[in-house]
Amino acid sequence: MSVPSHPVSLRRGLLTPGVAVLSCIALTGLVVAVYRFVFGLGAVTNLTNQYPWGLWIGVDVASGVALAAGGFTSAAVAHVFHRRKYEVLVRPALLTAMLGYTFAVIGLMADLGRYYNIWHPLLPSMWQGNSVLFEVAMCVTIYLNVLYIEFMPIVCERFIGRVGLPGPLRLLNGPIDVMLRIARGTLSKIMFLFIAGGVVLSCMHQSSLGSLLLIAPYKMSPLWYTPIMPLMFLLSAFAAGFAMVVFESLLASWTFGRKPEMPVLFAYSRFVAVFLGVYGVARISDLMIREAWGAAFAGDAASYMFLAEIGLGIALPLAMLFSTRVRRTPAGLLTASSLVVFGVLLNRINVFLVAFKPPYAKAPYFPSVPEILVTVGLVAGLVLAYRVCVTVFPVLPVEEHATDEAAETVQQRCPVQAESYVS
Amino acid sequence: MENSTFDRRQFLCRAGAVGLAGLSLAQPALAATDIAEGYGVLVDTTECIGCRKCEYACAKSNELSDLPLEGFEDRSVFNEPRRMTADAYTVVNRYDDTAHPERPTFIKVQCMHCLKPACASACLVGALRPQSNGAVTYDPWKCMGCRYCMVACPFQVPAYEYDHALTPKVSKCSFCFERVSKGGKAPACVDICPPMCLTFAKRSELLTLAREKVKAHPEQYLDHVYGEHELGGTSWLYLTSRPVTELGLMEFGEKPIPEYTEPLQHGIFKHGVPPMLLFGLLAVATKTFHHKEDE
Ligand code: SF4
Ligand code: SF4
Ligand code: SF4
Repeated sequence: MSVPSHPVSLRRGLLTPGVAVLSCIALTGLVVAVYRFVFGLGAVTNLTNQYPWGLWIGVDVASGVALAAGGFTSAAVAHVFHRRKYEVLVRPALLTAMLGYTFAVIGLMADLGRYYNIWHPLLPSMWQGNSVLFEVAMCVTIYLNVLYIEFMPIVCERFIGRVGLPGPLRLLNGPIDVMLRIARGTLSKIMFLFIAGGVVLSCMHQSSLGSLLLIAPYKMSPLWYTPIMPLMFLLSAFAAGFAMVVFESLLASWTFGRKPEMPVLFAYSRFVAVFLGVYGVARISDLMIREAWGAAFAGDAASYMFLAEIGLGIALPLAMLFSTRVRRTPAGLLTASSLVVFGVLLNRINVFLVAFKPPYAKAPYFPSVPEILVTVGLVAGLVLAYRVCVTVFPVLPVEEHATDEAAETVQQRCPVQAESYVS
Repeated sequence: MENSTFDRRQFLCRAGAVGLAGLSLAQPALAATDIAEGYGVLVDTTECIGCRKCEYACAKSNELSDLPLEGFEDRSVFNEPRRMTADAYTVVNRYDDTAHPERPTFIKVQCMHCLKPACASACLVGALRPQSNGAVTYDPWKCMGCRYCMVACPFQVPAYEYDHALTPKVSKCSFCFERVSKGGKAPACVDICPPMCLTFAKRSELLTLAREKVKAHPEQYLDHVYGEHELGGTSWLYLTSRPVTELGLMEFGEKPIPEYTEPLQHGIFKHGVPPMLLFGLLAVATKTFHHKEDE
């Protein structure tokens, strides 16, 4: 068995032009968000009594969660089924998932009218088990914590023996080090429980996000409304999860001027093809069984969005992924995986915003500029946080042809990494 | 809620006025058994004159606006059908009749107080609840402001206080819950309604009354009580002379909305067994594959 290369902290400064641009975008979003909290949802959004859910729910929350599915899919492959060659993909995927869910919750806070009551579903006196949203809320809350726990070993690895708080805080260095060691020791024994639990929780809330709109049978377009929406959401989350990992890995290699992990990604992209294929077949058969095809050619906005989703988001990448030649090239793989990600993003937008046709609406919903600024700002913030995390923590795998210095760093930093992760 | 305080006189005097006082439905005996059965309102759209007094009474009683009665006398609002807003739990609309241009239909709309409310099934913290007296009530202190109830309501009733930054509420007709269950009065809108348009009583009694009306004046009514079976039934019921779709209401099947999600939800997650099973399988898989690899 070939031992995967150990991840190291990215040895690069944070003060780059890219980071500066991202910071500006994120700050703009933050300013708009502050405005929203001071003046209310009505002051910044285009939401109405007919369209209570807009861009923030459709993209920041629903799409964010779908695109963060890479965390549990890659953990399942590498740690449940022990395909060790994919180990290199786990940490970046885990980081993306952790940040993705964190930002989804931040986005949700902006959308909730009474955001300070966000903890209410945790109170047993308020539990309402009939609500699909209740189950989603519970699963996401628990899973977010599971993700933080799954990330803990990486924190331990980075700081054990190297906790260097300055000034009077120095006194804490010793105790923190001991705590980190205890955490590492405990977690290495029980981590498999969290990983299995994370997979279960993910399957539950990814599918339940699809059940949310089952409650609006009289408002939804037949192109998307089907009793098996939860299954569709689960399958597409699998496809998106695998595709995101490929997409992200290639993107990170390109941004940081590293060599893409082509052999691993080539093999890994099979999973994308398989799940996307199953998802595609499910979508098409469902439409045929319900005889809802007619609406696809109605020539209205919904029909174009539907055709774009199926054509660009499922059929095209599927064709690409079935060609070994395409999958062997970084460009081909990047195109195909980004199309899959785009397709699932489009699906969530379609289900939550396009398919939802409430009665008595005067005009269809379209997001306002401030809404878009907040969403774009959140994405920028997420990318920034990712950048900071890969600089601080050993997440990205070391280059194959690493310099001696880097190789040395690996040696001292990660003596037991791969083993400590799953006992 | 125990509603022995509901005003029966209200109903009796109205029923009497339409000459139905002698019917068994008007017998005042409030048996212990019918406490479980909720109240409702029958809206007879053929009687509505579009005076908008109910809008005024509702706004005043629920402290939604301090506009005086004259503020509600503007009839130009009828040019466009309106919907409920954060400041109006109920609105009256006018629908012209091409066959009888001199006799347009006026119709009051508000929350239907569904017997199987979609909003309450959707609400994750139980802020919306069906009460045993027929009302579906809202508790702003529990509410998170997720607005899933607004997505769920098939009648597109709840509105939102988007302009309140700190304590926005979902706003919808409360069936005057406090006033009715504690104050022993009829809802404010019913109390003020001058003609025989709104009748407040036990739902079963209203259904009987509605049938009597249709039987007595088949030329005046369609033989359909809107809300009797729609989506599992609603506490507010409508009698019309024209198809409801001409009056801004939607047609619905009989299947209650919660039945589109609840069986699935409980089926997949029954007593947490399927998730636990999957968890067990995965944990076992983790160990098995790991050992295989070691060999
Ligand atoms: S009409 Fe809508 S808001 Fe009123 S009880 Fe029914 S589902 Fe709830
Ligand atoms: S907005 Fe409030 S009442 Fe409506 S579903 Fe959310 S928590 Fe419940
Ligand atoms: S029952 Fe009360 S809250 Fe509802 S419309 Fe009538 S007056 Fe308004």
